[in-house]
Amino acid sequence: MAVGLPENIFITRLDAAANWARSNSLWPMPFATACCGIELMATAASRHDLARFGAEVMRFSPRQCDLLIVAGRVVMKMLPVLQRIWLQMPEPKWCISMGACACSGGVFDTYAVVQGVDRFIPVDMYVPGCPPRPEQLLQAVMDMQAKVRRTGTIMGREFNIRDTPAGPSPFDREERHRIEDAQFVQLGGFDASAAATGRKGVSSNA
Amino acid sequence: MPDIAALQARFSTEITESAFRDNHRIDVPAPVVFDVLSSLKNDHGFNMLVDLTAVDWLEYDGAVDRFSVVYLLLNMGSGERLIVRTPVNLPNPALPSVYSLWRGADWMEREVFDMFGIVFMGHPDLRRILMPEEFDAFPLRKDYPLKGRGERHNFPVITRSGS
Repeated sequence: MAVGLPENIFITRLDAAANWARSNSLWPMPFATACCGIELMATAASRHDLARFGAEVMRFSPRQCDLLIVAGRVVMKMLPVLQRIWLQMPEPKWCISMGACACSGGVFDTYAVVQGVDRFIPVDMYVPGCPPRPEQLLQAVMDMQAKVRRTGTIMGREFNIRDTPAGPSPFDREERHRIEDAQFVQLGGFDASAAATGRKGVSSNA
Repeated sequence: MPDIAALQARFSTEITESAFRDNHRIDVPAPVVFDVLSSLKNDHGFNMLVDLTAVDWLEYDGAVDRFSVVYLLLNMGSGERLIVRTPVNLPNPALPSVYSLWRGADWMEREVFDMFGIVFMGHPDLRRILMPEEFDAFPLRKDYPLKGRGERHNFPVITRSGS
């Protein structure tokens, strides 16, 4: 102690101290919509014990969370909810996209299922698998901790450069072709205004 | 089983009967379907509507009508089951609602409306039940593309620096 510091005092960078604290208390927001959610529960349970990484506190309010875990397929009706939850989480926050469906839509290539949440919210870590083993999710949490320690700053400066979507653009070329193909299909004579007025007439009569 | 000939005479219309194993089916023209269902409930004891759904027969070999609406009835006293089918066609596919006979038809008719666009006249609250309100197609129609018309990508994008 050449500089004469008293005991129990050490010198560090503020960023490193914040990263140490944050990486060891990543409180997850479980956004579990499908079978990946079951593996997420298994990860948090006693055998795999997510508590070893300080991430056992599953908060069901996004305002108390650091880490959004999107576990399962997200349908077009659910995506606004997911985006709202992400916006409600306080900074700093991170996101793990867990499983094939959350990462890419998986086998559900249909009109209702979003083809990867990274098109619409930022994603830090992808976990492959259908569903992933709890070990894979643990690895993702550990990688997440390493990423926070490696790149984190106390004011969140590292997030400023991420100003483009993490995923592919919403309308990739193949999707555009599909939409163009769909334009050729006739609607089958459906008259939207007639149905709408029919509905209104019905409810007023009833 | 209800006497189909009697039903046919009473409503003076053509009601065809068919069976597959122990499934008994009758095909009823749309104009009398409400009266037939009402008679089946009140006179023949079919007091439960097990299911109400629809089929799109577009491009199906030998199909004459575009849609069939299917009512699955159950007589809880005798255990009899009966399937009632009625054809519906474009444009403006519409049927009378059976909500007044079986309250359980409420959400089932809303689902058929949501997926096929078949309007149930007299339904108290005919809104979409599965798809978002602003959705403007009927996804279970066979001419709707499986991957949609881009609805699943029509959302704002949130970037990391912007959130």
